[in-house]
Amino acid sequence: MCLGVPGRIIEMKENYRAIVDVNGNRMEISVRLTPEVQVGQYVLIHAGFAMEIIDEDAARETMQLLLEVMEYGQL
Amino acid sequence: MASYSQRLLQVIRSTNREISLMEVCGTHTMAIARSGIRELLPPNIRLLSGPGCPVCVTSQGDIDSVIEMVRREEVILLTFGDMMRVPGTRSSLQEERSRGADVRVVYSPLEALKIAENNPDREVVFLGIGFETTVPTVAVTLEEAREAGLHNFSLFSLHKLVPPALELIMSDPEIRVDGLICPGHVTAVTGLRPYETLAHKYGKPCVVTGFEAVDILEGIVMLIHQLQNSTARAEIQYKRVVKPEGNPAAMDAIWRVFETAPSRWRGLGMIPDSGLQLRDEYAAMDARRKFNLPEMEDIPIKGCICGAVLTGKKIPTDCALFGRSCTPLEPVGPCMVSQEGACAAYYRYTPGKRKVLE
Ligand code: SF4
Repeated sequence: MCLGVPGRIIEMKENYRAIVDVNGNRMEISVRLTPEVQVGQYVLIHAGFAMEIIDEDAARETMQLLLEVMEYGQL
Repeated sequence: MASYSQRLLQVIRSTNREISLMEVCGTHTMAIARSGIRELLPPNIRLLSGPGCPVCVTSQGDIDSVIEMVRREEVILLTFGDMMRVPGTRSSLQEERSRGADVRVVYSPLEALKIAENNPDREVVFLGIGFETTVPTVAVTLEEAREAGLHNFSLFSLHKLVPPALELIMSDPEIRVDGLICPGHVTAVTGLRPYETLAHKYGKPCVVTGFEAVDILEGIVMLIHQLQNSTARAEIQYKRVVKPEGNPAAMDAIWRVFETAPSRWRGLGMIPDSGLQLRDEYAAMDARRKFNLPEMEDIPIKGCICGAVLTGKKIPTDCALFGRSCTPLEPVGPCMVSQEGACAAYYRYTPGKRKVLE
């Protein structure tokens, strides 16, 4: 769970909320812990919060790793 | 890329020193098991699991307190999913739910705000389990709950800090650890400073490592390199995500809402300043105070050696119950429940399923 899910910021809303695209799905998160983030940037999401701003390569790698972990994590 | 892994493995295999490294983070335990790295290493390089699985290190008494609390009719307990099946002394949250307790799995603490708003006549309690990565998200949630004037929302904080536990492990003469593979995302929040202190104080190298097989191999090479040169520094292998200064906004959020307190860890006992309790300004949102919950004694689970596994003294296969009466479907101890638990990782990634590094 520590891994974090990468997403791209699509839209900023009020009260530090933002809409992100995670592997094609949209979700709302809080960007209060990365207040400087801007639309178009990638973030690592943990428990509904952007925790770090990351670059596109790191985002792509993390997504791939997550998908693998999920596949192998099945019982 | 494959040849780079091979080269790293060659470097690792070229040392004949006896080296024990601890992977602190449960996600590393999982990644290592999944990639089969443990089997690819020569016998003189040992990887030990550490105390980095939040559910696993939660003490038995604390789990029992939570179970006591959900029996109150007014309580709606919100928790992350991996806590549901963790066995308490007589029951688990899942069992309590099947008996009628209102226990709900959430993905984010923010969901608590809506649920509290929609249930004004109930008491919504968020079960706070997790380390520095999770705590800031809970801190912000509490701030927002206070701004919104929610009076029926509280936190049961079992939050813990990683460095004090590592410090205890480093100073235990029974545990031999030569270097630490440090948790990537915890450090993304805390920054490198705690590991610099640790490296300096105990003379053990620390390398903050990513989660791909190549990252882990590279981290091991960096640690071996330091050990060969008799240096003990804190370094970052996982530069793509972790900055030396961490995330100051997240650390600020933690200290606005929490202060350190003693905390009980499975396998390590009571560690001063390793837990987080709410500051006095947030006392009204402290579930322990709100419901006047007593501390409960730690009753050991018969035959389970989770505590020794979490401190690198034993490995899961040393446990007589492993794979026999204890499996992910019917877990006896927390290390078999959580995805990040060492026992679950060892069990799940049996050789046939393992993804081997080419
Ligand atoms: S295999 Fe089960 S009983 Fe044994 S240490 Fe692990 S969790 Fe505990």
